[in-house]
Amino acid sequence: MIKIDIVKVLQGAKGEMKLSVNVDIEEGEFLALSGVSGSGKTTLLRILSGLESAKGTVTVGNEVWLDDKRSLAPQKRKIGYVFQDYALFPNMTVIENLLFVNKDQALADRLLELTALNDMKERLPHTLSGGQQQRVSMCRAMMNRPKLLLMDEPLSALDPQMRTKLQDEILKLHKEFGTTTIMVSHDPSEIYRLASRVLVLEEGKVINDGNPKEVLLKTQGSQKFSFEGELLDITKVDVIYIAIVSIGQQLVEVVVSSDEAKNLKIGQSVRVSTKAFAPMIV
Amino acid sequence: MIETLKAMEFTPFLLSFKLAFITTAILFVISLPLSWYLSQTRSKMKPLIEAVTALPIVLPPSVLGFYILWALSQNSALGVFLEENFGIQLVFNFTGLVVASCFYSLPFMVQPLQSGFESLNKNMLEASYISGKSKLTTILKVALPNIKPALLTAIIVTFAHTVGEFGVVLMVGGSIPGETKVASVAIYEMVEIMDYSSAHIYSIIMLLISFAVLLTVYIFNHKYRMKIGIR
Repeated sequence: MIKIDIVKVLQGAKGEMKLSVNVDIEEGEFLALSGVSGSGKTTLLRILSGLESAKGTVTVGNEVWLDDKRSLAPQKRKIGYVFQDYALFPNMTVIENLLFVNKDQALADRLLELTALNDMKERLPHTLSGGQQQRVSMCRAMMNRPKLLLMDEPLSALDPQMRTKLQDEILKLHKEFGTTTIMVSHDPSEIYRLASRVLVLEEGKVINDGNPKEVLLKTQGSQKFSFEGELLDITKVDVIYIAIVSIGQQLVEVVVSSDEAKNLKIGQSVRVSTKAFAPMIV
Repeated sequence: MIETLKAMEFTPFLLSFKLAFITTAILFVISLPLSWYLSQTRSKMKPLIEAVTALPIVLPPSVLGFYILWALSQNSALGVFLEENFGIQLVFNFTGLVVASCFYSLPFMVQPLQSGFESLNKNMLEASYISGKSKLTTILKVALPNIKPALLTAIIVTFAHTVGEFGVVLMVGGSIPGETKVASVAIYEMVEIMDYSSAHIYSIIMLLISFAVLLTVYIFNHKYRMKIGIR
């Protein structure tokens, strides 16, 4: 069990903000941290890793990582951390990056096998693609068999196909090593596929905590589906109005009445939902 | 011409290079922790330390030389202390020159190293800490290997700058043949006694060596950037 109860005052873009989080995390849980930028997600990860100070307590199993008296150094926490920009050591080859953490050749080989990086062993990081670099970064994070794996938007710089592929690999590593994983992510599909629990942060507070289905499915009552998107344009066609909404990576046309059209502003965030509907999945 | 060359005394050059070598070695050891501290600290003291470190760049060498001379001589507490307790005299000898050169060339070692360290990806250093590595291991295995151009610039420029110094060495060391008469001081004396042919030879040697050194640094940095893909 990981018990987190911390407070830290941050200087954010909108002035002072108090980050105040009190949660318990089960061992082996896959927790997603969500919320708009500036809500304190990355800071929370940094506090858990010991890179930033905070008031309060963090205990992992029987170990105290943070309390009033001391803060365990990042070196002693035995965590894995995957950075958004990978942060590989450019002077070392792939295998050297892994062995730098821990001289366990067998473990390094197994990780490279799992992530299909065997052929890249002797390459330097800058010769790899973004997806390959991120896999190396994940392997490196697993090298000291972390009790806690922290990932800060690990897949945000990759294209959608690569993302799906790496999600599988993250899940594989999480299960194989039985780690407790906390991942910052904005992508609902990613959270749904990977996480067993989601925390939503806003202005430094937890505003939602539950399983991904409860938190992410935004349909209400009898609604069958509900999508959030950005209103790009409204055009008048004969007597009706057609709104063009960008949902995910796709553009959708929706018919709206003239009253609705008056109340909508281009650029605003809108929700598209429907009730009786029999969709086909092809 | 050949005869002039044969008759020439090259001890001043050897002395210049010996001085530069020792100064560079000492400064490297001192500057490594100092520049690392400056690159990582968020302390309010940072501008103060940076200003003091950069002073030798703007101060006239005579001012620096005067203070060092005064501090190391029998007129100051430090000079008396060194003499009485260790029997060390630091003015008008080679050791004094080394001390003076270390002050004079300090910024040329600290500044490139500091900007090299500052250019490193912070996440990369943190990744090393999280992997359980100490600060020292991180500096030696991660930070230094990734700032090779800055490292080379710092070492070579410090070396070259020490070979090229004149004012401070003249004030602190004087011109004792074989002890403190380095190449730059020797050239000054040759001009004073109007021995222009010797002055020419010394000067052209200095010019060629300096040019070769700088060219090496720039070629290396250019190749390194191409290799790791920065242009």
